[in-house]
Amino acid sequence: MAQPEEIAATGPADAGTQAPLVEAPADTVAGEVVLRLTDLVKTFPGVRALDGVQLEVRAGEVHCLLGQNGAGKSTLIKVLAGVHQPDSGQVEWRGEPITFANPQAAMRAGIATIYQELDLVDDLSVGENAFLGHEPRRMGFVRRGHMARRTRQILGRLGHGEIPPGRMVRALPAAGKQIVSMARALSHEARLIIMDEPSAVLAHDEVGNLFRIIRELTAQGIAVIYISHRLEEIREIGDRVTVLKDGRTTAANLPARDTPTRDLVSRMTGRSIEYVFPERPAAGPAGAELLQVDGLTRSGEFADVSLDVRAGEIVGIAGLVGSGRSELLETIYGARPAEAGTVRMAGKALRAGSVGAAVRAGMGMAPEERKSQALLLGEPIYRNVTLATFGRYARFGFTNAGAEEAEADRIAESLELRPRDVRRPVRTLSGGNQQKVVVGRWLLGDTKLLLLDEPTRGVDIGARAELYQVIRGLAARGVGVLLVSSEVPEVLGLADRVLVMREGRVIREAPAGELDENTVLDLVMAGSLMEGAPA
Amino acid sequence: MSDATPTPTATPERPQLPAQSPPVDPAETAVAGDKAASTGKLSWWRGDGGEGAKRNLGLIGVLAALIAVGAITKPDLYGDPTWVWNNVLAILQLASVVGVVTVGMTFVIIGGGIDLSVGAIVALAGVWCTTVATQSYGAGGMIFAAIAVGICVGLVNGVLISYGRLVPFIATLAMLVAARGLAAQISNKQTQVSTSTVINDIAARKVLGIPILVYILGAVVLAGWVLLNRTTFGRRTIAVGGNPEAARLAGINVRRHTMLLYALSGLCCGIAAIMLTSQATSAQAAMANLYELDAIAAAIIGGTLLSGGRGTIVGSLLGVIIFATITNLFAINGLSIEAQNMVKGGIIVAAVLVQQFQFKSFTRLLARNRLTTTP
Repeated sequence: MAQPEEIAATGPADAGTQAPLVEAPADTVAGEVVLRLTDLVKTFPGVRALDGVQLEVRAGEVHCLLGQNGAGKSTLIKVLAGVHQPDSGQVEWRGEPITFANPQAAMRAGIATIYQELDLVDDLSVGENAFLGHEPRRMGFVRRGHMARRTRQILGRLGHGEIPPGRMVRALPAAGKQIVSMARALSHEARLIIMDEPSAVLAHDEVGNLFRIIRELTAQGIAVIYISHRLEEIREIGDRVTVLKDGRTTAANLPARDTPTRDLVSRMTGRSIEYVFPERPAAGPAGAELLQVDGLTRSGEFADVSLDVRAGEIVGIAGLVGSGRSELLETIYGARPAEAGTVRMAGKALRAGSVGAAVRAGMGMAPEERKSQALLLGEPIYRNVTLATFGRYARFGFTNAGAEEAEADRIAESLELRPRDVRRPVRTLSGGNQQKVVVGRWLLGDTKLLLLDEPTRGVDIGARAELYQVIRGLAARGVGVLLVSSEVPEVLGLADRVLVMREGRVIREAPAGELDENTVLDLVMAGSLMEGAPA
Repeated sequence: MSDATPTPTATPERPQLPAQSPPVDPAETAVAGDKAASTGKLSWWRGDGGEGAKRNLGLIGVLAALIAVGAITKPDLYGDPTWVWNNVLAILQLASVVGVVTVGMTFVIIGGGIDLSVGAIVALAGVWCTTVATQSYGAGGMIFAAIAVGICVGLVNGVLISYGRLVPFIATLAMLVAARGLAAQISNKQTQVSTSTVINDIAARKVLGIPILVYILGAVVLAGWVLLNRTTFGRRTIAVGGNPEAARLAGINVRRHTMLLYALSGLCCGIAAIMLTSQATSAQAAMANLYELDAIAAAIIGGTLLSGGRGTIVGSLLGVIIFATITNLFAINGLSIEAQNMVKGGIIVAAVLVQQFQFKSFTRLLARNRLTTTP
């Protein structure tokens, strides 16, 4: 069995392309290494999600994974869970190199994953969920009594013997569902449990219980990979921390309790590639008042948000996934009905919950999920570009494909779409070019305000710079832009004014020049630092 | 067909990690993607207009094969040009009523729905337009009644589905039951004879040697084709069915459009009701039985995606004609309707298999299911 050793020793030949690994003596953890990842690489079309990940997890430890959105955490989890197969690199599981062909294989090997969206069947009982797919059976019949007994036993082990195995999962609160997910992991005799933001769905006191369970699990020699944006949780429950950035390990095996926050944050953000942002116009924008949002509220999503955007101004919203920023954008756009508050365009109040009204008032939106929310993938580019405007080229209801193609081609030229063949189905384009199609849609017609939700997600570096140019160019033409991004440098580099959102509220508003990345990151994620962690 | 050959990365013999794929710069992958796209090799499967046309060529191939089977089994009949021409007309006439219903069904399915109530709507419209009261208004009144009933029932479906948020399957299943019940109630379970010679002549007459029913089918198909391919209505249909969320966020009124699609289907049912009433010179509550299944099957073998967003009117027409040809083939060979239904079922399954298991995804599936755990 492999002895504990520094990960850097197994480090690869691609040195020089990445920031040096920070090593720390892992004195607190004595268990044997159960999982070792070496140079893991996973690419998707147009994006290199994992680009040389190193990770070492020992039995009985809580190993925290830290990284910004898009750093590759989710992809990494999915590789470990057998959902994705790595392109290259090695996964060593309990001393043996291994590849999981599918999630079942990973589970059989003893790796259980608890996803953020719990994958339970609401209409099955607690016991049936815990043993889903591997029910104890005899001659084809489920041994219900046996299953209930074992479920009760596992729940007891988790300190929740009070949950009846026969209860429908639908009837359980979020915390209870999480217990069932963990019971499922234990029913597989898991040696490694991966938890993706388990605290996100829990109330404060429930988190304490979660930690108690995690400690009991690790005391039994089970390894836990724990993912969370909340630094104070990592300090409380974690043993070691590995930091990912742009699909690479930038720091491995840092002691979770003693590493200064400053170091962690700089490891997460340390730029390996500088983004190229277009120059801001010299004179500050003084356009007319365009969008006014007043006290907008949707319970559970965001509360009492007020903001305004002027013509020619780029306003950026920084915040984590779940901070309510995407929901806010969709509510402004009318895609979700507001519960309270008003949205005005050029002084005129818009009907709540009507996309049509927003579009007629001159709004356009490039939503967060390009493929599921914005594109008709099998349809040609030009039809996607004109999806919101094809009616304008039509006469008496008859479409004018020629005019649409010509206009789409003009847009394609100005956005440097590649390839510039507007009859090609959108699905054949790379992510960046697909995004250009979505943005280009609102360059036709008279869009006054463009709402951009994560405009550069899954877009490669070159196309990013082009998109930034396009967005700045639009502002220069007098279009107002409201931009949401979880990449803080993007918000700071592109926007004129920045709003910081956390837990559904705007907690800071300032000109982009007055903020720096660490300040914003502290505001965004570590507000919890102030409230919690004595460390 | 170049993309049908498995790519090297899919070779299942090597259980190790695919070390042969070298690290690639993101910029390079993007360029490679562009290159692959510009060769146009994807268009065979997934192109816009090209794909539908190719698939329709395949359907014409099936049709040719069916005719060849006919020619082999009955060489004496197929040697007679007059018989062949009359047989073609017979097949088209056989296809005409279901064909009209299928055009409406194609729109509904492309728009992401399903309409199980079409047969029942045809029956209700047929019964309604042949009541003594309606017939007293003459042929014009009958035609108006049939079409108005069709549209109204379609609108009820549409409102329930788009504003009442019922699942299309449930809403139209309920309508199937209810509309037949209402038809039986109105007709008092009797067969209502049409006394209008104008109506009865529609099915009996020919113009320039071609039955009027075939002209009606042609007109509906042509109108459907134009509506789908050349109007904003058609464009919205594809958008709403292909990606309702994207359509909504682009400012398209998805609910209203969904409602209109069911009204359109109802309109087609109203037209079909007149045609069917004319053929039988009567109407009854049990008429147009199981037309929903024929129409759905024809649309699906015609290449309409059951999940919505894709489909062609020409494909659906070919689907209907293929079914009619099978019926005709079995009839001239004196074979049973049971055997005929078995062949129809087989054809539906084959068509859907071809749609879903395109070769590429099939090889990918094989590669994925192979166990690759190393010892």
